[in-house]
Amino acid sequence: MIGLLASLLDGVLIGAVYGLAAMGITLIWGVMDVVNLTHGSLIVAGMFAVYALAGAAGLPVYATLPIVLVGAFLAGLALYWISVHRVIGQPPLMSLLSTFSVNLVLVGLGTAIWSTDLFNVPASLPGFSLGRYTFPGTHLMAAALTAVIAGVLYLFLYRTRIGKAVRAVSGNREAAELVGIPTSQVLALAFGLGAALAGVAGMLIATMFPFTVLSGDAYQLKSFVVTVLGGLGNPTGALLAGVALGLVEGLTTPFVPVSWTLVIEFVLFVLVLIALPGGLVQLWPRRRD
Amino acid sequence: MARRPFFWIIAAVVALFAALPALGNDIELRESLLLAAIYVTLASNINMMLGYAGYVNFGSIVFFGLGGYLCVWLMGSHGWPLAAALAAGGVAVSALALVFGLGILRLRGVYFALATIGVNEGVMAFVSTFQPWGGSSGIYLSPALFQPLGGPARALWIIYYLLVAVMAASLYLSYAVKRSKFGLGLLAIGQNEDAAAVLGVPAPRYKAMVYSLSAFLPAIAGGLYFFKSAFIQPPDAFDLQLSTETIVIAMLGGQGTVVGPAIGAFLYEQLRGWLLTSESFSHFQLVISGVLLLAIVLFAPGGLMGWLYRRWPRLRGILE
Amino acid sequence: MSALLEVAGLGKHFGGLQAVQDLSFTVEEGAILGLIGPNGAGKSTVFNLINGVFAPDEGRVVFAGRDITGLRPYRVARSGLARTHQIVQPFANMSVLENCVVGACFGRENLPLAEARDAARQAAQRVGLEDRLETPAAQLTIAGKKRLELARALSARPRLLLLDEVLAGLNPTEVERMIGILRAIRASGVSILMIEHLMQAIMSLSDRIVVLNSGAKLAEGPPTAVANDPAVIEAYLGDPDLAAKLRAA
Repeated sequence: MIGLLASLLDGVLIGAVYGLAAMGITLIWGVMDVVNLTHGSLIVAGMFAVYALAGAAGLPVYATLPIVLVGAFLAGLALYWISVHRVIGQPPLMSLLSTFSVNLVLVGLGTAIWSTDLFNVPASLPGFSLGRYTFPGTHLMAAALTAVIAGVLYLFLYRTRIGKAVRAVSGNREAAELVGIPTSQVLALAFGLGAALAGVAGMLIATMFPFTVLSGDAYQLKSFVVTVLGGLGNPTGALLAGVALGLVEGLTTPFVPVSWTLVIEFVLFVLVLIALPGGLVQLWPRRRD
Repeated sequence: MARRPFFWIIAAVVALFAALPALGNDIELRESLLLAAIYVTLASNINMMLGYAGYVNFGSIVFFGLGGYLCVWLMGSHGWPLAAALAAGGVAVSALALVFGLGILRLRGVYFALATIGVNEGVMAFVSTFQPWGGSSGIYLSPALFQPLGGPARALWIIYYLLVAVMAASLYLSYAVKRSKFGLGLLAIGQNEDAAAVLGVPAPRYKAMVYSLSAFLPAIAGGLYFFKSAFIQPPDAFDLQLSTETIVIAMLGGQGTVVGPAIGAFLYEQLRGWLLTSESFSHFQLVISGVLLLAIVLFAPGGLMGWLYRRWPRLRGILE
Repeated sequence: MSALLEVAGLGKHFGGLQAVQDLSFTVEEGAILGLIGPNGAGKSTVFNLINGVFAPDEGRVVFAGRDITGLRPYRVARSGLARTHQIVQPFANMSVLENCVVGACFGRENLPLAEARDAARQAAQRVGLEDRLETPAAQLTIAGKKRLELARALSARPRLLLLDEVLAGLNPTEVERMIGILRAIRASGVSILMIEHLMQAIMSLSDRIVVLNSGAKLAEGPPTAVANDPAVIEAYLGDPDLAAKLRAA
């Protein structure tokens, strides 16, 4: 019983990082109605970035975070202008295909360089022990950093002028344009932010688990499950839903072989799509005033 | 339908496929055309969802793989004859697609696309642990199963002709659908789903129907292909790369047209052949596919046929 | 004449905003009912509630004796109710004829393709688009697109047409033409419920008018009575001379 509890708590920690990744998706989706199918590659990019910086270049692991953040942000900006800008007004099919195609390119390049080998990031922190169970220090650190980043994002969106511009554009792009906001640049910024979140999430995941070039697919699927669960365009929802998914994983991993986790998550995803297209938020009682 | 020139164009192409390898007993050509026929089949069928209704199905390969598994399993473990196993595979996969589609297609295209991304992973993970189907080792077929068809050599020819027939059926199906009332509804959905619904197009039902329809022939093609290989395992059955290539082919040739997927398959086949023989590029197949797709989406979303039709509008009356 | 469309106690809110409140009115068979009101009064929302884009929170919508409250849009279309949009939504890459054929195929009569083409041609003719049947919808002018929107809805041979600002954006000649078309449509037996901002037009076309303000019914009656209603005048402009201007038109 305590074992299950420990698994659940660990799930909360890991789930927070899933939530961080999902925030990347939901931010972009909420602001510009684009589903970023390069998300998985950005996560993997974050993983390899920390591997290269911490492993090869010898930097302390967590010190790489700001580098990964900025790097992923810049990558996001580039991605926006290359693959998203031209297709913004067109049917959603187009942006799906354009981001998908960039993902292909990145995965292809990654496989060419790193093949499908397993990689590990040397990160170890003193853990937190509760009786026989130890919560790995890396998990605790990852969750803590997630909270910090989520907090910073919140402050940015709600306490800065640029953040306000982002919210304005996501509400009504034409109106924002009319009041003088350079909407294309704001969209690029939002995309960069989403990419940064993905990259950092990748970095944190790399400190916790081994990975390959192809890991992006699984984490992308998790991100989508969390995004839909938390409600589209809702970063807080994404974070909470991430924790929820982490709980589900914590609940199932002691009993079910690892390869089934993905199947379960996919089934969950489909069920949520069918039953609760608005996310878990739909279940909360509506206010009538 | 038989009065239009396009009908006879398809017939001519099919005749070529059937006759050319037979003429010189050219096995190498046959194998190459067999792959082409599969590409055309997969691309034509995915085109009905993608090009007509505007819904991307990232997991279309699932139909091919499941059809393959069902056929191989029914023949290997239960001794079914080929025709029955193929038919059962086609029907079962279509039925599954209908159920899944009725659930998922009530939603917007984006949600559907996401769901289909996961379908491939999910089904492959499931099949990899499903022992009656050999789990991750797959299923081997005994060569004795080729006997009812007259031995391995003859069986391979029969399978080839059957696949050419499946390809022909796919082309005619996408043509017939496009000219039907059902197809008109799909096209309206692809243009503007909300406006179509307001006009009375029963969108959820139509989308589920085309999804199910687009599963049938690929499932049969899968059955034929893996029967021929006499071996099926998860990574081959649910080859994500083939899934991706199907989309690229449909977009390259011209989504929404009937002849587009066929042309796209031909062009892509050539490109792929060149890539595989070129030392430096063979690793970059995925990258090239990605760049190609991006270029098409950004600069020529109508693909080759889209460009041709804009240049010479009268072609639209002859081809489709 | 019996009521073709009956809206009773309709209510809808979005979050904290009450968009439509306890709205009731009827459209008689063969009549033209005008729906007017200041911007933001909820008129398009009423249309959305009638044709199923949103389900109402309260109230009922009864069409030709059938309760269609909350039915999905395609089912509402099947029962014989067609609708045009304020912002036109043509199927851009289809021709004028093809656009109309969609309407004819999936409307009340559920026609097969061949007969749908005939119905589509007839509808296109009624709005004056018969010379542009093969033109891709994207290439039409705004007036052409508005006429296409109307033709497409007509192709379904509906019993009731919901027109959302079908005159907006048209120049005076086009407006005159469209008014003539609408009168001919009514004469052919199709009832009309129309939202419009062009006062002269809607006053001259409508048999009765319903005035909406902030989601609730402000007034209802024949055009002249509504035009003279002080509450209506105040809601629009606060200008007592508006009534005189309207009568002079």
